[in-house]
Amino acid sequence: MRTGTGTRSWPAPRWLVVALPYAWLLAFFLLPFLIVLRIALSDTARALPPYAPHWTGWAEAWSFLQALDLESFATLVGDSLYLDAYLSSLRIAATATLIALLIAFPLAYAMASAPRRWQPALLILVILPFWTSFLIRVYAWMAILRPEGVLDALLRGLGLIEEPLALMNTETAVLIGMVYSYLPFMVLPIYTSLERLDRSLLEAAADLGATPVRRFVSIVIPLARPGIYAGCFLVFVPAIGEFVIPDLLGGPETLMIGKVLWTEFFSNRDWPLASAVAILLLLILAVPLLAYQRFARKEAA
Amino acid sequence: MGRKSLGNIRRSFAPWADPAAIPQVRFESVTKRFGDITAVSDLTLSLYPGEFHALLGPSGCGKTTLMRMLAGFEAPDSGRILLDGQDLAGIPPHLRPTNMMFQSYALFPHMSVFDNIAFGLRQGGLAREAIAARVAEMLALVKLDGFAGRRPDQLSGGQKQRVALARALARQPKVLLLDEPLGALDKKLREETQYELMDLQAELGLTFLMVTHDQDEAMAMADRISVMERGRIAQVGAPEEIYEMPANRYVAEFVGDINIFEGIVASVEGEVIRIDSPAGLMVLDDPSPGLAPGQKASLALRPEKIDILTVEPDGPGNKAAGEIWDIGYLGDFTMVQVKLDGEAGQLVKVALPNRSRKTETPIAWDDRVWLSWDVEAGILLRG
Repeated sequence: MRTGTGTRSWPAPRWLVVALPYAWLLAFFLLPFLIVLRIALSDTARALPPYAPHWTGWAEAWSFLQALDLESFATLVGDSLYLDAYLSSLRIAATATLIALLIAFPLAYAMASAPRRWQPALLILVILPFWTSFLIRVYAWMAILRPEGVLDALLRGLGLIEEPLALMNTETAVLIGMVYSYLPFMVLPIYTSLERLDRSLLEAAADLGATPVRRFVSIVIPLARPGIYAGCFLVFVPAIGEFVIPDLLGGPETLMIGKVLWTEFFSNRDWPLASAVAILLLLILAVPLLAYQRFARKEAA
Repeated sequence: MGRKSLGNIRRSFAPWADPAAIPQVRFESVTKRFGDITAVSDLTLSLYPGEFHALLGPSGCGKTTLMRMLAGFEAPDSGRILLDGQDLAGIPPHLRPTNMMFQSYALFPHMSVFDNIAFGLRQGGLAREAIAARVAEMLALVKLDGFAGRRPDQLSGGQKQRVALARALARQPKVLLLDEPLGALDKKLREETQYELMDLQAELGLTFLMVTHDQDEAMAMADRISVMERGRIAQVGAPEEIYEMPANRYVAEFVGDINIFEGIVASVEGEVIRIDSPAGLMVLDDPSPGLAPGQKASLALRPEKIDILTVEPDGPGNKAAGEIWDIGYLGDFTMVQVKLDGEAGQLVKVALPNRSRKTETPIAWDDRVWLSWDVEAGILLRG
């Protein structure tokens, strides 16, 4: 019951508001992470689940801890396959991010420059692909890219090529799939930052003698920077751990860490090694993310 | 009555009156349409070197469009715009020797005050030291020394306005364009800044073209005012001409308070005109060639040119009886509304200057009074 101006109508302690998201992160991020870390520190075993040691109670806690080791991480470092896979994933994800940026920026710029009443429709067009299953869209790319597929037929019909393009099961196909799938994540944040850009700033720059190129370089790009960074992270982070696209569109020589992880887990049933791969991937992603956050804080200050 | 007092302005700067003077900016029959709307309609106007010119009008009258055409953000559909004799057609904004202070200031949020002011100078390929020197000079001019490192969001409204001004002046434009330069400032700051801008303009000797909807601002600052109405200029003139000799009813009503008595010309004897209005027969002394009895005409009267008396005045002037209807005390003067006798019962605004702190004959609501004004006080409006 509200009795006066000074009393709260609902005694919602401030700590609860803060605690809820932390509880969520604890339950669904930190706890699973610790479980994965614990598996990564175990050894493979012919057991169910296929690793050892198992937790048998506080009495044997010491022997349990003694049985943990860094063997899986040693394998990751020792076998060049894993390093190659990480580097190759980084390279493919970075390339896909760059291509997506080059396509998305003009797209977002055109959207933000379009008459205001068209903009909602253009936004819907960008997110329209999400209404179809991701998997189906990747399958569609298989139909387009496969030998004698839609693309080959089209280009041959136009007389542009004689021989079929051998795109399917190549790194190019993986890049096409990734750029296609993640493009909206690049377009939306860039569009948002461009849409907020005050047009009178461009007029002021023109008035002060800046050519169209100079206006773009010294006004548009700096003010769109937060959107560009956000878009790059939204594309780069999922792309680096991507499994479905390299699996379906890539070939045997397409080495990506997501696929390696899958192989270790399901084909080799080496859960500890698969867990170690996952943990290292997480660390690789966490470092640039933290760096970005630091940067964003500094920018805001 | 002691009406012949100080107050009128004797201006020495009046190149528009000199037929030999060469205008710096000329709008020649300029027309601009947006779809079905004609923003500027066959407009001709000359600005002279060193003139402070104000475009005054309500929103949508075309004043901003006219200024944006000079800056190059809009192109006229017909007519031409000349600057120092050169036709500006086809010259993009970044190549025009004009600079603009934007209404929102349009300071670049990601740049420091220094970089904002230096922005225009850097486009000219000036040496680094020359740029730094010019920026320092501009900061001193707008009294913002020591603010070079600040970001726009760390500045107050008045400081932003100064940075915008410094940025626009840095490139030494031939004409400075000001879009509602004081619109975003509060009243006290606006008055201060107003006089600073005037001093600055006199010091630099630059041609200023200002857009404003605020008549006080235009009257106080400008050498000449163009009062605009629906894409056309209703009247161009010095502030006192606009106020004391409005060309038509639109100007008379837009600038300042005014009472209008509609009527019919009763007689014309030389410069003495009598108008028969529902409020009585009114006399005014104004040369008006071609005016004949029977024509429709109005007498327009500014509130401060009327006296309120408690007894019937004698003498040759105009008079009308009525009662006090409303009193608004404003400090420097009191705005009194008097309801005239007769069927029409027209309300007349009278401004009483409060020249003494106390008066022996205070007025009150419903008092019977007489209004009195000179034969020279009224303005004849035809039609």
